[in-house]
Amino acid sequence: MSRVHNPRMIEELRDRIAHLEGGAARRPAVLPFGVRDIDDRLPGGGLSHGALHEIAGGGGGTVDGAAAALFAAGIAARSKGKVLWCLTRPDLFFPALAQAGLHPDRVIFCEGDKDEDVLASMEEGLSFGGLGAVVGELVRLPMVSSRRLQLAAEKSGTMALVVRRWRRQTEASDFGNPTASTTRWRVSVLPSEELPVAGVGRARWLAELMRVKAGECAEFEIGACDAKGRVCLLPSSSHRQDQAAWRGSRAS
Amino acid sequence: MPADQPLVVISKSGSKRWISAADTAARKLGLKLGMPASKAQAIVAGLAMIDADPAADAAALERLALWALRQYSPVVAVDGMDGIVMDTEGADHLQGGEDLLISGLVNGLRGRGLTARAAVADTWGAAHAITRLTSAGTTVVPVGGVAKAVTRLPIHCLRLSPDTIQGLRVMGVETVGELSAMPRAPLTLRYGPEVGRRLDQLFGRVAEPIEPLRTPELIEVARNFQEPIGAAETIAKYVRRLVGELTARLEQKGLGVRRSDLVIHRVDNTRQSIRAGLAKPVRDPARLSKLLCDRIEKIDPGFGIERMVLVAIMAEPLEERQVASSLVAEQVVDVTPLVDILGNRGQRLYRVTPVASDVPERSMRRIGPTDDETGATWAAKWPRPSRLLANPERIDVTALLPDQPPAVFTWRGKRRRVKRADGPERIFGEWWIRPREHAAVRDYFVVEDEAGERYWVYRAGDGVDADTGSHQWFLHGVFG
Repeated sequence: MSRVHNPRMIEELRDRIAHLEGGAARRPAVLPFGVRDIDDRLPGGGLSHGALHEIAGGGGGTVDGAAAALFAAGIAARSKGKVLWCLTRPDLFFPALAQAGLHPDRVIFCEGDKDEDVLASMEEGLSFGGLGAVVGELVRLPMVSSRRLQLAAEKSGTMALVVRRWRRQTEASDFGNPTASTTRWRVSVLPSEELPVAGVGRARWLAELMRVKAGECAEFEIGACDAKGRVCLLPSSSHRQDQAAWRGSRAS
Repeated sequence: MPADQPLVVISKSGSKRWISAADTAARKLGLKLGMPASKAQAIVAGLAMIDADPAADAAALERLALWALRQYSPVVAVDGMDGIVMDTEGADHLQGGEDLLISGLVNGLRGRGLTARAAVADTWGAAHAITRLTSAGTTVVPVGGVAKAVTRLPIHCLRLSPDTIQGLRVMGVETVGELSAMPRAPLTLRYGPEVGRRLDQLFGRVAEPIEPLRTPELIEVARNFQEPIGAAETIAKYVRRLVGELTARLEQKGLGVRRSDLVIHRVDNTRQSIRAGLAKPVRDPARLSKLLCDRIEKIDPGFGIERMVLVAIMAEPLEERQVASSLVAEQVVDVTPLVDILGNRGQRLYRVTPVASDVPERSMRRIGPTDDETGATWAAKWPRPSRLLANPERIDVTALLPDQPPAVFTWRGKRRRVKRADGPERIFGEWWIRPREHAAVRDYFVVEDEAGERYWVYRAGDGVDADTGSHQWFLHGVFG
């Protein structure tokens, strides 16, 4: 067995592999978060367009998916073009999404009866091209379906965002099953930002990057989306105690 | 003429004059169909009578059928003197299902001053009978439920000649159930084959194709096959060819299609149809054939297809527009092709737009996915939850009156201690929409529990005056 220590040869091989994967012709553009710590952890410096990203909630958020939907809305708000939002349970309150920077004129909702409808609509939206992002709220995301979405996204360069929400908190262990998504996030709520007066400050989230292709897992304490859909790092040491207790009780 | 004056229509045959139609006011006074005109005049003084004009009636019915053809179904025909029959299969999804289709149809006709009854059933015969003999405005007979629905109906709903009906009555047969239980051979011997045929048509044992109504101005292309076709790829191939022919015809007239029907004739003399609706007039063959080919799987070719017809049922003028050069302005992506594809698959597509209302559940409204952009957004600066419960849920709360947020609340069996809270945000009832809300008040609070989960809760009432609400607490939304 000969050991090759030639960096040029390795570079060449990498190029060839990239060419085979079809990424060479069109550099995959990325959508940065604008937060250096998060972008450094993502290959290419941001969430890649033309890829599938999966977002789930933690704790009670596994059922209502409130934080996950807002996180997805923030990403969609920073993309350009129309957004197709596929769902089965129409319980989104759009004023909140508008506060995350997503204008109501940009979003077309597509309400189906079953998860399969959502998958089919998402795939159609992704292969249409020309949309900024396609968001889908799904209970189950089997491997085959996720691969279809990933391939459709790769082909057209449209970003696919899947918000996972389950019927019961115990079903959220499903999130451990592998899918073909490029990144996988869990966004759970944290106690809000401390204010000098009584009241509720800016919402804070724990965004766990649980899986990323060609990258490593990480977790960030972030401030929730502002009026332009941007997040920021907002760690706070005063809640370490609470957070430890909360982590113990978390599902999955 | 005042609306409450009784009005009847008089038919004539020789010197005999009888009532062939009466309005509600006349029926209330005891006038019945078939009553001699002189008797009616004796019962009601000052009765308004007009002479029947069967030709004008038929023409009006045909106009109505044409309207239904454009609006509801690809296969529509006039049924007898007083009805319209249509094959809704393959077209009901555009109206949101069978229920919504027929209730929309009946309401639409009522809006134009016509009283109508409608029924959806597996067979023409059953729908014909049920529409004329049930009192309900709309009836939907479930698939396979025809036999149960018609057994108790009287036999005059069977579209038989009056002599036959009279003869059967003499024999003591009153209902369809009784008739269908009788041996077929003696019936045929005595009354001819018509009785058996109508019964079979009623129960769906014999096919009864509807010959669709057509007008000369409809643009229609057709193709006959010498050998019946059946494979999905072959169907797709010929759909594309038909679409090509149709778009060429449309181009000559400067039209674009809004609604097109593909009617498929099978070798066993049955028809199937697919209807594709479009949000804007279109003449692009690729888009149109994609819409139709998308639903080929819905076609059951049976023993083969011998004829395919493609009709532009609704066409609108379509001007060619110049696309702006992408050198200066950013090209705006037109999403109508995607909307058409998803809409024809039966997905509900919509956008939301703000409504000037402080009551959260009234603050947004659904609009069509391709409606003009309004540019409006919500003005509220206060945080809003990303999920709003359709029905606010009762919670058990410990809170100080009148304006303190809850200290502890129990929602869905889980007790939560409130760490931080904001509020109240007072929302008043909209008495100009509902008079009962004249004094109603809701006080909304944002509360956060120990784990950081944030909820939107409200108290019905202002905490002082019992007129403003019940002072019970509800959870209305979950913040992200």
